[in-house]
Amino acid sequence: MRIGKDLVAAAATPVVLGILAEGESYGYAILQRISELSGGELEWSDGMLYPLLHRLERLGHVESEWGASPTGRPRKHYRLSSQGAATLAEQRRQWDVVGDVLAKVWPDGPGGGGSARLALGGA
Amino acid sequence: MTIDDRRELDRLVASWREWLERRDALSAQDIDELEGHLLDRVDSLRAAGLHDDEAFLVAVKRLGAVDELSREYARVHSERLWKQLVLDDGANGDGRSAASGDRDASGAPTSFLRRANGLAVALGLGVGAGLAVKVADLVGVDPTFFLRNAAILVLPFLAAWFAWRHRPPIGALAGIAGAFALAAVVLNAYPFGPGAGTAAFATEPSMTELLAAVHAAVALWLVTGVAYAAGDWRSSDARMDFVRFSGEWAVYYLLIALVGGGLSALTIGVFSTIDVEVAWFFDQWVLPCAIPGAVLVAAWLVEAKQRVIENIAPVLTKVFTPLFAIVVIALVVAAALQWNVVDADRELLIAFDLVLVVVLALLVYSYSSRDPMQPAGWFERIQFVMLVGALIVDLVVLVAMVGRTGEFGFSANKTASLGLNLILLANLAWAAWLHLGFLRGRTPFLRLERWQTAYLPVYVAWSAVVVVAFPPLFGFA
Repeated sequence: MRIGKDLVAAAATPVVLGILAEGESYGYAILQRISELSGGELEWSDGMLYPLLHRLERLGHVESEWGASPTGRPRKHYRLSSQGAATLAEQRRQWDVVGDVLAKVWPDGPGGGGSARLALGGA
Repeated sequence: MTIDDRRELDRLVASWREWLERRDALSAQDIDELEGHLLDRVDSLRAAGLHDDEAFLVAVKRLGAVDELSREYARVHSERLWKQLVLDDGANGDGRSAASGDRDASGAPTSFLRRANGLAVALGLGVGAGLAVKVADLVGVDPTFFLRNAAILVLPFLAAWFAWRHRPPIGALAGIAGAFALAAVVLNAYPFGPGAGTAAFATEPSMTELLAAVHAAVALWLVTGVAYAAGDWRSSDARMDFVRFSGEWAVYYLLIALVGGGLSALTIGVFSTIDVEVAWFFDQWVLPCAIPGAVLVAAWLVEAKQRVIENIAPVLTKVFTPLFAIVVIALVVAAALQWNVVDADRELLIAFDLVLVVVLALLVYSYSSRDPMQPAGWFERIQFVMLVGALIVDLVVLVAMVGRTGEFGFSANKTASLGLNLILLANLAWAAWLHLGFLRGRTPFLRLERWQTAYLPVYVAWSAVVVVAFPPLFGFA
């Protein structure tokens, strides 16, 4: 299953902010973490993460700093700002509402069909 | 991993970098970040058993299509698509961001004077030019003094700026100083008579005085160009550079004047609403200091933005050449139908001088930005039509005017416009001939450009004649 483009775009900000809430990180590690958490279902081309991070930085949700990787390559680290934490909390409330509504319209659980449940079990 | 593998990967990454660097939306730091990501991905793919080149291909593929990526970057950093004038020469540690526009920004802190392309020096000289005018004003000279000496008061500061920027040899500087001294002596020692007509000024300038002043400004501007060319005034390329400079300078000066005028009007207006009269301050201090000062600021701006922003004068010529070609054709048609140019008044010649000057400017500034290797296209054909049209109309006017000199006589004004007309006509006639050869693929473009730059001393010589010889010839009237 591939998640639709619009849904990926909508989910990207809360997911990235959520991962940064776990602690300071950098682009490649964030993507690894997303892939790990979603079992490879929530994916977009690697490069697109960076414009998103830059937008979040401009909005003041994250802060960045150049550091170095263990092998000595320059690496930009991102950290959630307090404003970003507030935004994350706000987004979380909104997604909870959406989730509740969806849970009520689909009382049998996600997808309703057997195949989707199977895929969920596999993940 | 062998050293050869490593080298191969470095080569791949370098070519990938180079490809990304062509995108305006991505800064060097963004590419650094993406490169770090790419190498992390390559490392993990290699750990999974892929070869270097395979891992590289997969990693690049996973980064996504570059067009889409740079569009996304452009949405976040929309300002990057507009080239900005950066003044700090990367002195604040941000030296990586590419477009600082200064060649000697090697990362080392630049000296105060050199910083921001020498803005401090330009401002200092600008204040100097303003003060020179203001001091002359305070000493209490008559208004015609300014008319005569405007160029002599202001342009030495511009020459000093060029001398500081381009370091011409002492000989060239001495020559320029000599030209200024000669102009100053001639313009101020000649006993110019009082002007005719009702006096708008306290003392109206006489015709020869006005002509001498205008031509002195033209000649001294071109002489100042010797300093711009670092003394290498014989070189066609250096002359063309000064022509480019002049076009850009004029555009910037006009813009500064417009904004400055608007700002002054606003200030005077705002203060007058609270019953504070500031117009006298603008009249006596801001205008006399700002008008000469802006000459230097515009000159600084042209050089500061040289490598950052596209030249605007050639763009204007591209826009206005077709329109002006239509105007010239309409003039030809009108002259053929009406045939009344013969009865036209004496202002006609001056009007046609202006037409020829515009045609020449459109021609020269389109040359100034043209790739010499490019073959002739539709734009060159339009230029040729404009040239031929202008030549036809001007010939008709000249024949009509020369035939009637008996009636009008050779006044200073008329002789000066006739001389200018002949000079421009000679230039454009030969330019049209060369242009025809270029259209037919027989003349290399370089010869067209060389002709224009070779002609520059003619303007200096003619202006010098009008300044030095005309007043005595026409009895200082």
